[in-house]
Amino acid sequence: MTKQATPTPSRAGAEEASSTGVIEKETVETADRAQLQREHEEKKAEQKGRIEELDAETLLKLLHQMILIRRFEEKCAESYSLGKIGGFCHLYIGQEAVAVGALAAIREDDYVLTSYRDHGHALVRGTSPDEIMAELYGKASGCSAGKGGSMHLFDAEKNFLGGHAIVGGQIPLATGVAFASKYKGTDQVTLCFFGEAAVNQGAFHESMNMAQLWRLPCIYICENNQYGMGTSLERAMSLQDVSQKACAYELASEFIDGMDVLAVREVVARAAERARKHYLPTLLEVRTYRFMGHSMSDPGNYRSRAEIEKYQERDPIKLFTASLREKNILDDNRLAEIENEVREAIEHATRFADESPEPDPKELYTHIYANQ
Amino acid sequence: MAVMTMREALNQALREELQRDEKVFLMGEEVAAYQGAYKVSKGLLEEFGNKRVIDTPITELGFAGLGVGAAMVGLRPIVEFMTFNFSILATDQIINSAAKMLYMSGGQYNIPIVFRGPNGSAFQVSSQHSQAMESWYAYFPGIKVVMPSTPADAKGLLKSAIRDDDPVIFLEQERMYGNKGEVPEDEDFTIPLGVADVKREGKDATIVARSLMVPVALKAAEELEKQGVSCEVIDPRTIRPLDIETIINSVKKTNRVVIAEESHPFCGVGAEISAEIMERAFDFLDAPVRRVSGADVPMPYAKNLEKLAIPDINTIVKAVREVAYLD
Repeated sequence: MTKQATPTPSRAGAEEASSTGVIEKETVETADRAQLQREHEEKKAEQKGRIEELDAETLLKLLHQMILIRRFEEKCAESYSLGKIGGFCHLYIGQEAVAVGALAAIREDDYVLTSYRDHGHALVRGTSPDEIMAELYGKASGCSAGKGGSMHLFDAEKNFLGGHAIVGGQIPLATGVAFASKYKGTDQVTLCFFGEAAVNQGAFHESMNMAQLWRLPCIYICENNQYGMGTSLERAMSLQDVSQKACAYELASEFIDGMDVLAVREVVARAAERARKHYLPTLLEVRTYRFMGHSMSDPGNYRSRAEIEKYQERDPIKLFTASLREKNILDDNRLAEIENEVREAIEHATRFADESPEPDPKELYTHIYANQ
Repeated sequence: MAVMTMREALNQALREELQRDEKVFLMGEEVAAYQGAYKVSKGLLEEFGNKRVIDTPITELGFAGLGVGAAMVGLRPIVEFMTFNFSILATDQIINSAAKMLYMSGGQYNIPIVFRGPNGSAFQVSSQHSQAMESWYAYFPGIKVVMPSTPADAKGLLKSAIRDDDPVIFLEQERMYGNKGEVPEDEDFTIPLGVADVKREGKDATIVARSLMVPVALKAAEELEKQGVSCEVIDPRTIRPLDIETIINSVKKTNRVVIAEESHPFCGVGAEISAEIMERAFDFLDAPVRRVSGADVPMPYAKNLEKLAIPDINTIVKAVREVAYLD
């Protein structure tokens, strides 16, 4: 299968970002190192152009958040293999720049909803790693009192309205949250994250239509990691240019490289302004990649080594670290400090989760109805 | 008290609650400009404007989910399904989102929303437009299910449903919209959810009936009275939470039960009530619990076949006579 013969403007970026697609997977066994290096340099040059807009403290905070997610998820993988975490556990490794960049562009009183791959969003939103890890461990001190687990992290204090585990289910919900902001006359915006597989669901299309029809301040962020579980985009979507789907509903849309945290931030900031000032929704297609399987039980045999290597070379943390170093914002000492802070936070979270009690058996029958 | 139709009583409840609470809004297909497919929302657009009374596209999953999302952040949506047959498209959002949200968020997000509209059979609208959906929704913890049978109950229960902090499935009945009855006009008149009503007192047999079957059961009780059988008619009014105590107390008095329902029998609400009676009052029963249900077939179009598919006075009379061992 080949790409479209005449790429659209939004698609052009995608072609560049992943010019190889399925064909390479079938014909090339290992990645072309020189080519990957050239791409890395190009992306870095682009990202460095954006660095000027932010102060060093903000930039380092973004890096800190990305590393926090990466290490947190690595710890989750370890804890899962030890049997400390059960059920389904979907890791965010490789996609960190999306949540970090997007959430850096909105206010604390804005709303965030996402899918079951939700650890990263919750961490960046400010839910404590302690409470998230405790939730994964099924403990009473978890951010959803041990009743939601990995796929259902919630934090009302942070306006984090959850991880939702039916593909696309959060899209109408987010549309309703945005509807409420407009109804109440506030200027809060809602960010709704979902994977590209959700785009094939009716819930996505019904929401796009209502959002534009009623001008709702919702930003739909499609994290296109190119696989719905084990099924590649090519095998599941007739028109693979997700951002183009917006045309059907006259929605504003943009395509962004999801490996560049600053690019994501910039585009989401633009969409947020549109939503805040004019009550207009936006669909963003953020091209990214998950380095791990779909969930902890997925060995990921459907992807070639070359493809994974290619994206690892485009690792958002690696890219951002290199850009910051070249701009003299980051050095070895500062990076080591960040890694240490992150390690301590995760060790604390793991200890907290381990030592927290399980939910009291009587909690089985609480929270079913509001006024019990 | 004023005499009015079920339609008018529902309209009054909507109007009063829209007046009372700015957070309440009504949305659905044809609820605004068209005044409601069954005119339940007549005059509301004019009075409250298009911010509070909202016509939606035909997009049930979408607007049901939109309502749930709005409820997460403090609004109190009333979502009308033109009929509950169409709610089938929205079940993902009703069941996976609304019913589960409070629990899976560890108590952080309750969902104060009402999904309402006609349920069950209408007049010759065939298989896809005649379904009674109560057992689907009553199955799930986290949802409340209400089925009024009189104009007064409709008003009082709808007002309570709108004020309730949980998702409520409010099932009306198209055949009953024109039924008349006395309705209190007091704006504070409400009927609590989860409380059954004894629609008729009796001593020889209990008929548990809901929605469309309540007036049918009352007429059957009149007929049976003439035949020397005194029937108590219990209307649970709320299916979940179910006021089983009132039913059990009646069974302990009469020792015989017939459950009348418009819905299919298999895995139905009648089966649940029957099981509860068996578990709680087996020793009081003088005859097996008997269900009178809608036929276990898709609803046919032909008038004569449709009539055969819905329980009527005669089928209820016959069932009561059976449990009373009169035939």
